[in-house]
Amino acid sequence: MTIPSTSTSTSTERSRTAARPMMRSRRPPSVDRPRRNVILTLVTGVVLVYTLVPLAWLVINATKTQPSLFGSFGLWFSGHFALWDNIVQTVTYDHGIFLRWLLNTVLYVVAGAGGATLLAVLGGYALAKFSFPGKRAVFAIVIGAVAVPGTALAVPTFLMFSRMGLTNTPWAVIIPSLISPFGLYLMWTFASEAIPTELLEAARMDGASELRTFVKISLPLLGPGIVTVLLFTMVATWNNYFLPLIMLKDPTWYPLTLGLNAWNAQAATAGGEAIFNLVITASLLTILPLVTAFLVLQRFWQSGLAAGSVKE
Amino acid sequence: MAPKEWQLVTQTHPAPARAPRSRRRVARSWVGWGFIGPFMTVFTLVFLAPIVYSIYLSLFRQQLVGGNSFVGLDNYRRAFADAQFWSSVARVGLFLAVQVPIMLGIALFVALAIDSGRLFGRNFFRISIFLPYAVPAVVATLMWGFMYGTRFGLIGNIDAALGITLSDPLSPGLVLASIGNIVTWEFVGYNMLIFYSALRVVPTSLYEAAEIDGAGQFRVISAIKLPAIRGALVIATIFSIIGSFQLFNEPSILQNLAPNAITTYFTPNLYAYSLSFSGQQYNYSATVAIIMGLITMAIAYVVQLRGMRKEA
Repeated sequence: MTIPSTSTSTSTERSRTAARPMMRSRRPPSVDRPRRNVILTLVTGVVLVYTLVPLAWLVINATKTQPSLFGSFGLWFSGHFALWDNIVQTVTYDHGIFLRWLLNTVLYVVAGAGGATLLAVLGGYALAKFSFPGKRAVFAIVIGAVAVPGTALAVPTFLMFSRMGLTNTPWAVIIPSLISPFGLYLMWTFASEAIPTELLEAARMDGASELRTFVKISLPLLGPGIVTVLLFTMVATWNNYFLPLIMLKDPTWYPLTLGLNAWNAQAATAGGEAIFNLVITASLLTILPLVTAFLVLQRFWQSGLAAGSVKE
Repeated sequence: MAPKEWQLVTQTHPAPARAPRSRRRVARSWVGWGFIGPFMTVFTLVFLAPIVYSIYLSLFRQQLVGGNSFVGLDNYRRAFADAQFWSSVARVGLFLAVQVPIMLGIALFVALAIDSGRLFGRNFFRISIFLPYAVPAVVATLMWGFMYGTRFGLIGNIDAALGITLSDPLSPGLVLASIGNIVTWEFVGYNMLIFYSALRVVPTSLYEAAEIDGAGQFRVISAIKLPAIRGALVIATIFSIIGSFQLFNEPSILQNLAPNAITTYFTPNLYAYSLSFSGQQYNYSATVAIIMGLITMAIAYVVQLRGMRKEA
């Protein structure tokens, strides 16, 4: 790499300000720090309560045994604090099938969301920084296809995959997860903002290969955009229900979402054991990783989203 | 929005001045495919091929005697006369007309409230209201389904405490509203974030000018903020329309808790699913999916046109 390190760092600086335009500091005190308003806070607080009550309900009820689940007020603790017992039961029930579902989900997320992010980053970079034959067609096809409801594709995709012998295997869940048109759009707008074209020209003049230019110069500049796309594709794959539902018959390949639904449905089947305390505890365990990821990484994805909306 | 951006990208590549560079530029022009190629390959497999296959399927019929035969538009004629199909379309149409405005209205209100800077603890508001987005539809539906329950849910608690009998949220008359509530809970924060991200990039000089002119908060909202985020409003509306027409996860999961209220043709998607996976009527199922796809695209297109025309 013959680019001097100083020039790279100044352009990082420049692109960072470009990527988060006018986020802070520009407003004068009167506009930036208006008087706090109690009534507005209370009214918005109603929405806050609405979003948090079900989550509180989930946490509280994960601490109850099945009998006290039926016999106590839903929004307060009651009886024996059974959270740990419930967790142990959840992970050991039916020979530890819950852990198997967790591992499956991790596999689908790592391969599906990881692959989707990789493809979106490469594709978005190409759309933002290269002119190539057929670019207009690529754009038209992708935008057109986004408007097609995913479920219109479900049945034919199932039939195609079943002919290829892919149904009931992890591939049937992973391959369709690899495409994220929203991710492509976000990376494209982000890359055109964050990567100065002159920097790429300079690297090419120095004889760096396109791949090397991409890895050494562009990739580091795309950081917040990549985190944002990764988080959103992770949510999409972690929470995926419809696709595995049609593709998988064998419970040992289920992701958590299908497993949870199967446990819940068990109570409705003749002779099935009702395990509502395990359904609730397993639900809590299922949402923890994503909620944690969003809280820990919020600085990254919020700046990534802000840059993505520049173009709107 | 997008085509304008496309021009912008091409314009940043000025015509090369010298001959050697021009040769490099021609060679380079195919380089873009090296980056977009992987995306387009998978996209062809999981988007384009199923669409083509779907159209093919809709023109044939599988019969016990005679096998697969070409029937032209017979499947479409059957769909147009299918009362179950149209009742499901009417149901999601009603859902769309009521739930989407409520959800987007709340999301817009919260985004404006947070952006105004007048809330106490606005970061807490922003991240908390967004959190339900990270909760899988399965978990959201199970949680609300349990809370709706008259046995150990909150409705049951309220009944017991007040000695009254509220109507069951999972009864046939109310189940659509109950589903609307679940969907609103899941996506209010996501839409809020889209609006909020768009609001953050409104140039603050506009607010300063408005303040000098003595414009009040509501004037600033109607004259500056709302026009500035029109693109985001149009996109959120289109996503919500597509989401409503694809309604599947919530009713499908609630079926276990409310088997009498949710029929196999509750939504068009559930209908297409039941046709394929319970009825083995793949051809007719593909036809239903295509018709829904066309209706969705038509409505999304009209919304986009109207949104853009106002902009002009």
